[in-house]
Amino acid sequence: MRYSAYSIFKEALSGNRMWKPAWREPQPKPHYDVIIVGGGGHGLATAYYLAKEFGITNVAVLEKGYLGSGNVGRNTTIIRSNYLLEGNNPFYEFSLKLWEGLERDFNYNAMVSQRGMLNLFHSDGQRDHYARKGNGMRLHGVDAELLDREQVRRKAPYLNFDHARFPIMGALYQKRAGTVRHDAVAWGYGRGADAHGVDLIQHCEVTGIRRENGLVVGVETTRGFIGCNKLALAAAGNTTTVGRMADLELPIETHVLQAFVSEGLKPVVDHVITYGAGHFYISQSDKGGLVFGAEIDFYSSYAQRGNLQTVEHTMEEGVSLIPGLSRAKVLRSWGGVMDMSMDGSPIIDRTPIDNLYLNCGWCYGGFKATPASGFCFAHLIAKNETHHVSRFMRLDRFERGYTIDEAGRGPQPNLH
Amino acid sequence: MTSYRLGSGGAIDRGQSLNFTLDGRTYKGFEGDTLASALLANDQMLMARSFKYHRPRGVLTAGSAEPNALMTIGSGARAEPNARATVVELYNGLAAASQNRWPSLKHDFGAVNDLFSPFLGAGFYYKTFMWPGVLWEKLYEPLIRRAAGLGKVTMQADPDRYEKSWAHCDLLVIGAGPTGLMAALAAGRAGIRVILADEGFRFGGSLLSESAAVGGQPAAEFAAEVVEELATLPNVTLMPRTTVFGWYDDMVFGAVERVQKHVASPSSDLPMERLWRVVAKRAILATGAEERPLVFGGNDKPGVMTAGAARTYLNRYGVAVGGKVAVFTNGGSGYRTAADLLAQGVDVTAIIDARPQSADPVPDGIRIIRNGSVIATKGRHRIEGLIAERSGFEEVIGCDALAVSGGWSPIVHLMCQRGAKPVWSDGKQAFLAPDVGGAFVAAGSAAGQASLGDCLKDGSAKAHAALDALGRLVRSLETPEVEGEYDPSFAPLWYVPGARDKAFVDFQNDVHVGDLGLAQREGFRHIEHTKRYTTAGMATDQGKLGNVNTAGIVAGMRGVSPAEIGTTTFRPFYTPVSFGALAGTARAEHAAPVRTSPLHSWARKNGATFVESGLWYRSAWFPREGEKTWRESVDREVLNVRANAGLCDVSTLGKIEIFGRGAAEFLDRIYSNSFLKLPVGSARYGLMLREDGIVFDDGTASRLSETHYVMTTTTAFAAEVLAHLEFSAQTFWPELDVRFVSSTDQWAQMSLAGPKARIIMSRVVQDDISDAAFPFLAAREVTLRGGLKARLFRISFSGELAYELAVPAGYGEAVADAIMDAGHEEGICAYGVEALNVLRVEKGHVTHNELDGRTTADDVGLGRMMAMQKPDFIGKRLSTRFGLTAADRLQLVGLKPIEADKEIKAGAHLLKDGAKPSLANDQGFVSSACFSPTSGHFIALAMLKSGRERLGERIMVWDGLRGSDVLCEVCPSVFVDPENSKLHL
Amino acid sequence: MASLITCPHCGTRPKEEFSIRGAAAPKRPSPTAKDETWHAYVYVRDNPKGRYKEYWHHVAGCRRFLVVERDNLTHEVFGVTDASEFKRAGAAE
Repeated sequence: MRYSAYSIFKEALSGNRMWKPAWREPQPKPHYDVIIVGGGGHGLATAYYLAKEFGITNVAVLEKGYLGSGNVGRNTTIIRSNYLLEGNNPFYEFSLKLWEGLERDFNYNAMVSQRGMLNLFHSDGQRDHYARKGNGMRLHGVDAELLDREQVRRKAPYLNFDHARFPIMGALYQKRAGTVRHDAVAWGYGRGADAHGVDLIQHCEVTGIRRENGLVVGVETTRGFIGCNKLALAAAGNTTTVGRMADLELPIETHVLQAFVSEGLKPVVDHVITYGAGHFYISQSDKGGLVFGAEIDFYSSYAQRGNLQTVEHTMEEGVSLIPGLSRAKVLRSWGGVMDMSMDGSPIIDRTPIDNLYLNCGWCYGGFKATPASGFCFAHLIAKNETHHVSRFMRLDRFERGYTIDEAGRGPQPNLH
Repeated sequence: MTSYRLGSGGAIDRGQSLNFTLDGRTYKGFEGDTLASALLANDQMLMARSFKYHRPRGVLTAGSAEPNALMTIGSGARAEPNARATVVELYNGLAAASQNRWPSLKHDFGAVNDLFSPFLGAGFYYKTFMWPGVLWEKLYEPLIRRAAGLGKVTMQADPDRYEKSWAHCDLLVIGAGPTGLMAALAAGRAGIRVILADEGFRFGGSLLSESAAVGGQPAAEFAAEVVEELATLPNVTLMPRTTVFGWYDDMVFGAVERVQKHVASPSSDLPMERLWRVVAKRAILATGAEERPLVFGGNDKPGVMTAGAARTYLNRYGVAVGGKVAVFTNGGSGYRTAADLLAQGVDVTAIIDARPQSADPVPDGIRIIRNGSVIATKGRHRIEGLIAERSGFEEVIGCDALAVSGGWSPIVHLMCQRGAKPVWSDGKQAFLAPDVGGAFVAAGSAAGQASLGDCLKDGSAKAHAALDALGRLVRSLETPEVEGEYDPSFAPLWYVPGARDKAFVDFQNDVHVGDLGLAQREGFRHIEHTKRYTTAGMATDQGKLGNVNTAGIVAGMRGVSPAEIGTTTFRPFYTPVSFGALAGTARAEHAAPVRTSPLHSWARKNGATFVESGLWYRSAWFPREGEKTWRESVDREVLNVRANAGLCDVSTLGKIEIFGRGAAEFLDRIYSNSFLKLPVGSARYGLMLREDGIVFDDGTASRLSETHYVMTTTTAFAAEVLAHLEFSAQTFWPELDVRFVSSTDQWAQMSLAGPKARIIMSRVVQDDISDAAFPFLAAREVTLRGGLKARLFRISFSGELAYELAVPAGYGEAVADAIMDAGHEEGICAYGVEALNVLRVEKGHVTHNELDGRTTADDVGLGRMMAMQKPDFIGKRLSTRFGLTAADRLQLVGLKPIEADKEIKAGAHLLKDGAKPSLANDQGFVSSACFSPTSGHFIALAMLKSGRERLGERIMVWDGLRGSDVLCEVCPSVFVDPENSKLHL
Repeated sequence: MASLITCPHCGTRPKEEFSIRGAAAPKRPSPTAKDETWHAYVYVRDNPKGRYKEYWHHVAGCRRFLVVERDNLTHEVFGVTDASEFKRAGAAE
């Protein structure tokens, strides 16, 4: 059923009793053309685009928990395309463009809010780095502005301009960056995929990958064997576990990143802001909660929870950047488990097994990538060829020496 | 205004009258009141507006789970939004303001939302506001944003202090109610180190509201007696006003102590709040149980509250919650409330009991409606009556307060923060604490114990179990007798059918039963989906009151047990914690430590302007009178170094002493170039790679003796390089005899550069430093005139004849002064890092602007430093990968503008002359740029695709970000003295 | 668990004193090992869920690299060894 102001009006008059489920709860069929492992943002987006853009609808998405139970439901909801490297920038800009038309495309209001993002800088070196990045963005037609201190002050007068240990010198500003209501992304893609005939199968954990003659023929699951012609992995956080079922050796470590939300407050932070003297970032949801985070917890972890030290460190940076937060209260913290790749950039590629496709390594930047990741992965699965904006995101780039090292920190995942 | 304060009773000090205000109106309360109890005493039941529909709300609880009565406390920079009036301790002059209403609490325009509520059901916003696209951000979202949110945060800097501390104990007892007090007493008497923490300002918990007698005395007096004894035990630490908010790994608990939140004029000698990390060997969760509200039509009217809350206001604060109170219950708690009210002379209009029968004693003269239910309430700003229903007959019952009891839920939050899920008990109709191992156990009503007597027993039993585990054998504590206890059992009742108005489960977020039904119909059936779609449990109380009801109601809708529905994930924080407490002292100028060079005061007295550089403050330039811009100063300093001499503080460069018989071999493996045969008394420039073949850092290493080297690193990477050395030595080659120690802070190091450097240095140094005796790259200990031993290195970043002199830090300023004096006639000047940077760009020396973690040695023209004949060095093997040796990599070149007056800025990109600005045409970027006073124009270092093949090519330096295009010529990266003739003077 | 680490040299210390380097299992290959071996050492990670060995650097203590063996799902710590001990034990295997 199509959502609109009219549908809300009509349903309200009949006591909101006639709304239909957002998706079916189908039994798995014995065989699909494509099985996608992982019903998170990327898996659902892949299914949606496979069906809508590439006409492949005999598709199942297998999710071990509930739809959107991974990082798409546990992040800080930021979208942006302010990337430095050629391997990243066009991909994330493609993603941002998809975000811009997404809601009308899948008929679901995910509250895409392009409120602008300020990457603050605090030194000449940082300014030069952001200038390099901003010029690179401009060359690709992406919006970027370099703001001086006073321009930043006009946009965000509450930042610490007067008593800062690391004074704010200016910011790289991307006006089109912003936030999206994260759960709604999973639900919108899920509902859209379902409407195109994709089977979304929740509470179905993949326990094995069955191969014959070097090709995948299907997956063993907690709900029995399900056959497929092509198998696509989009199981962030559990990539290694699932990949091991097909003997994949991956450049991935699993880490935990915490995020936080404050109590509801009247609107004060109108942009997405990143602190250049640390890793703190913050925005405010439409509901009023300040949504923020900083660094990962640095150790390998599959536990979706964080350490107090990181909590304290995050708040220290937060109050240093925005002194007025001191008397506000933080409500909840959570931990997301993520694939940290060895160069900080993702992988969308084929694997040594011809009909097995891999989408992983999103580190803590996967949310903003959701539309492009789904689109490019669908493109790869459907046509067996790489979409041009994801052409650098190859699995063999490490061996070949073509890493996409946005942070320049080398093969130590917890530094990316 | 009616006073609801009783004539006597309660744990308040009637001798200490306190004035306070709400929305500017003045009220009176007493010492010992909470803001909520004092407002209720003053007939101020209306305390807040709900989030979505702006419905009038009163208090629902008397504790920290309160979802409704949120207020802003204090004003100006001390204003705290979203404080729960039920836990705010009253003080004289307290100024409270209601929130989320306009223009006033009583007349709130936002209440219009309530009229439109059929259109504003769960998730309505996902289905609309999509057309036309542009209007979402321009119109809909701003409207939603403005309407949303609760209190206002001041956004002014906090005037108060915060601090952090560690605490260690054998046993942490969380909660000082009957269970916690008994546990602490048993453990305290046994002599182990006990910490007893409670979120409230008075220990006793439910005992303070209890009308039963304990050990033959009133419960509150019993509590006071126990607290008194605990206070005398030196091994027991009492921590009132302290909320344990999180349980972290290794039995580390996070707790926040509200040191001065209750103080009218906070002392600047004390923090406002204090963060505790409590390391406990064992812990007992004695957090009690939460009384569940009943879910019926109109259950959110001001005046509807839990039966336990009504008792607390009555017995602890001496406040009647109304003049005519009705009770709606499914268990004994409602009866006890009715009896207590009656005992204080408050009119109880009826007890509506959802059960067909019960054994609870009915207080004399109170009407009982068994098998009854409340289906609607009357009144707007305060409940004025209710419609009770029994067997199809309805009846209006007058009341001005309604006490409700829907049973009890153990408060198991902390035990579920590390992944364990609470376990449903059919017998207790509640979710119980999971088994998380013996170190952390629940006790008393947190463990599902129902009666007061059982709680007292369980507290002491669990303490004894802990003592046992800690190896203490003690006699068990005698548990006091409880007299006059009520039967706390209840019959499950999740939802009262027949509601005429919305029946709320999440009061603050305005989630009602209809929303839960809608979520089920739309497929959001998993409890996490239900939560996220309806926002049930996502308010500031995190579902403390509503989540169990939500699970029960959803279970009912689906025809399954609540066990099958389960709970959503419990996460820190138990109750919200201020940013300030978690940040502690690390804020404003103290956000990070400050490092200053041993030459800092030398630089200051020479007029330096300082710049932050990591944690350091470095001297940037030394302005002189008449110089209007920093450029004038820097140009002068550069020219003076090239013509005469200058002295620069380079103490911030990392310095690492390396000792051992294996040091030479070690350095040979650490650096890409050869170090094995570096002679004693020499320095060498070295390049360090990461294992992936990319340049990590550069610097020098000097051999002071056969087995002693000193290494310099860049300022930024000093700590990382030391860690890298330690890692390599300890994990790769533990057999090598090599040790490291950082000596960055032990040495003041200064660079004396310029053609006149030797003349000046020889006036300070006793040793012969002629070119023959002390050639380029000499490095050894020297004696200064006056006898001070120092280290002298003939190394140069500027390309001039230069020395770096290192003296023990405490002598730095005196030595720098002596050099400045010695060089006075030669025209010496102090120069800062800005001039240093210009000097190095003129010489084409790279820094981390070029070595940005993606460049190879060859990229920056240092390919000759890859000693591939060595069997092994870090980064060797992966440095030859295809992508790292490809011909189209970016390579270091110089740039100079075709038109001499054009400025080049770092961060600009490079395009072929005439090429359209596009990513496809991107040829590289400017890594460093400056005005070169030596050349008389701007110069730049750039990373250009296949750059070294393109010398002489014209290239466009494109800076779209700052709106400039500068046509440049690609040139070698060394602009000054390419033959290095000046180095060897 | 990862809030308190018992350093074999310094005793039980909070996480704040350490910095975490990463997986301890990969062994630096010999200089003459095959390209694939080197690639695997630098880039491929076993990344098991459960028992895991990781290098922790006691930066604010003895400055030794320690191998902390822990469960990365529950954060329980099973043992802490000095890196050189670990290397020796590995060589003996």
